[in-house]
Amino acid sequence: MSTVRDSKGRERVPSAASLRRVRWYQEARWKRLVALLVLAVVGAQVTGVQGTSTDIFYALGENFTGTGIWIWLALCVGVWVIREFLSEPVNRGWVASRDRVSQPVARVRGVWQADPRLRYGGGALLLVVLILLPLWLSTYWQQVMVDQIAIFVLLAIGLNVVIGWAGMLDLGFVAFFAIGAYSAAFWTGSLPVEPPVVLNTFLVIPIAIVTCLLAGVLLGAPTLRLRGDYLAIVTLGFHEIVYLAARNWTDFTGGSRGARMSERFVIDLGFWRFEWGLDPKPYYWLLLGFIVVIIFLFLRLEHSRVGRAWTAIREDEVAAASTGVNTVRMKLLAFAIGASTSGVAGVVYASKVAFISPENFVLLLSILVLAYVIFGGMGSIPGVLAGAALLIWLPEYLRDSVDPQDRFMYLGALLVVMMIYRPQGLLPSKRRQRELRLAEEKA
Amino acid sequence: MAKTEQVAEAGGNVLEVSGVTLRFGGLTSLNDVSLSMGRGEILAIIGPNGAGKTSFFNSVTGAYLPQEGTIGFLPRAGGRHELRGCKPYLVSRHGVSRTFQNIRLFGALTALENVKIAVETRQKTDAVSIMLGLPHARRAERESDRRAHEVLAFVGLEGRLNELASSLSYGEQRRLEIARALATGPELLLLDEPAAGTNPTEKRDLEDLIRRINADLGVSVLLIEHDMKLVMSVADRVVVLNFGKKIAEGTPGEVQRDPAVIEAYLGASAEEDAAAVADVVAGQAASGAAEGEVKGA
Repeated sequence: MSTVRDSKGRERVPSAASLRRVRWYQEARWKRLVALLVLAVVGAQVTGVQGTSTDIFYALGENFTGTGIWIWLALCVGVWVIREFLSEPVNRGWVASRDRVSQPVARVRGVWQADPRLRYGGGALLLVVLILLPLWLSTYWQQVMVDQIAIFVLLAIGLNVVIGWAGMLDLGFVAFFAIGAYSAAFWTGSLPVEPPVVLNTFLVIPIAIVTCLLAGVLLGAPTLRLRGDYLAIVTLGFHEIVYLAARNWTDFTGGSRGARMSERFVIDLGFWRFEWGLDPKPYYWLLLGFIVVIIFLFLRLEHSRVGRAWTAIREDEVAAASTGVNTVRMKLLAFAIGASTSGVAGVVYASKVAFISPENFVLLLSILVLAYVIFGGMGSIPGVLAGAALLIWLPEYLRDSVDPQDRFMYLGALLVVMMIYRPQGLLPSKRRQRELRLAEEKA
Repeated sequence: MAKTEQVAEAGGNVLEVSGVTLRFGGLTSLNDVSLSMGRGEILAIIGPNGAGKTSFFNSVTGAYLPQEGTIGFLPRAGGRHELRGCKPYLVSRHGVSRTFQNIRLFGALTALENVKIAVETRQKTDAVSIMLGLPHARRAERESDRRAHEVLAFVGLEGRLNELASSLSYGEQRRLEIARALATGPELLLLDEPAAGTNPTEKRDLEDLIRRINADLGVSVLLIEHDMKLVMSVADRVVVLNFGKKIAEGTPGEVQRDPAVIEAYLGASAEEDAAAVADVVAGQAASGAAEGEVKGA
């Protein structure tokens, strides 16, 4: 091994770091500049003129000569300068302002947590705002609120029981949504097969709950011994079975031609009759009612013997079983509860859109619901609500500002960034957050 | 075997294991192990590493399925439960609890919640009545709270109820695991190296705790332990395993003098062993001298 003499003339073995010559452009600082410049170019391209399929270079030329790229470059270089040369004063200012804010924030939080009346009041206020919300929105956004946000919030709350609480990865969740929707179609007489009795849509809800419950148990009983990835594949298969049955069992489901719903939600008291028609607002309020009731029920469950047993299974199945927790039964319960929530959503969805076909229940929806749950924070109901609402709102909001075909790209980018910087989700549950921290400490 | 029969006459057996053989492929982990354990007894299982002690525990609690043999658990109420091939949660329901060698608590839950989970496995409240908040569900919740407080006080953790299990000290985690095992109200408690990694004070507390579990709660204790001082002071009887075979059984004093046990622990017969030690010492001395010479030069 070669030796080097240090300043005092003694021989020493060079360290690995000193042997590795770092050229100036290899320093982290310059690498960051290059990264930011690339970001500027991409940013200019993405926010600038969009290309056409016939002349892709048209957009490139336009974007590289326009003003957009200069704004982006100035922004990125500015960020780099602040990060590299002005970080100290900025940090000091940030810490000082945080200290000044943190005390009053902690005080407010203390008062908030000390008095349950305040929390109930806050919840009631939020509920009132949510009830009144559609009155201020355009019909388009009302439709989005019902067809997408409310329905998917309901689905996400159901999936949260399976994934967030019981810790089972379910990729076929939308299969239960489909079962709920098709049971609604069947019992209102909208399928090619005649039902024994034609029912009011409200009465279909308990039937759909039971049907989905049974379907959940049917799928769960033989497969819940599997763990993690294996269970995920099984649920994926289950989804495909349900989807293909809806497509190919033409005599029963109407196949890919779909089924037109012949009944809507109706309250008929003889002297007073109300029908959920084309106006989305009544559907919104109906769904809001379901969501509030289900949240109330599930919150009780989370901090009960059942919720604790689910946490135990999620953390250490072997220890849970030897403590006496009937793991298979508890997992089955989670599966069934999730499935029946999904079934309720299915009934309302079928009634609202008035036309269902197998293409309404593709695998992508399962993946999206999963993304909502993880983005919001697994195991946390406020998180799941916020996650679903935000992720559905974003592509709809972008409809006007970017090329509509690119909308989901932004959704993807948001998910990537989120999972890197905040893997616990938007509003994570305390238990889940601790688990994540424990796992990191172990690794 | 005389002692076993005595105990059997006094209060009957709580555990009767006969001819249990457990193989993993070509490896025989337990080889025709038979033992019986009297009610109210503290029985220790000792043996060198890899002797099959934990495999034995796993066979009793349903984690492993031995190929041969029977494992009978005889509860106080009468009858006999076959534990071989029984599902782990059913083993627990029959009245057999265990702790783990490498502590397996639910780390993200508090000490209280850890114990409540165990208490609640004996409750029957269904999900629907919990969701609707029916009176009997609320009552069950209060009852599980009360019982969990009681058990935690028994093991001396009443001051750390709301701490996260993962933030407790090692000794406290051991005690919490014992509390979780006790919360199901077992008749037989299996402790897998409860003293591993604890300091002398904690060891004394543990010894006291095991005695109290045995005397105050009337729970039979089956104990795996490496700490001989603890085993000798707390156990009524000792079973020694080596390479999956039972090589000795008796009171702590008898077992300590048993030549087979001495051989198992020292690896060869005592005389040969002494000779080997002498060789090693001589060798070290020689090399030390050699080093000294080199340095001198």
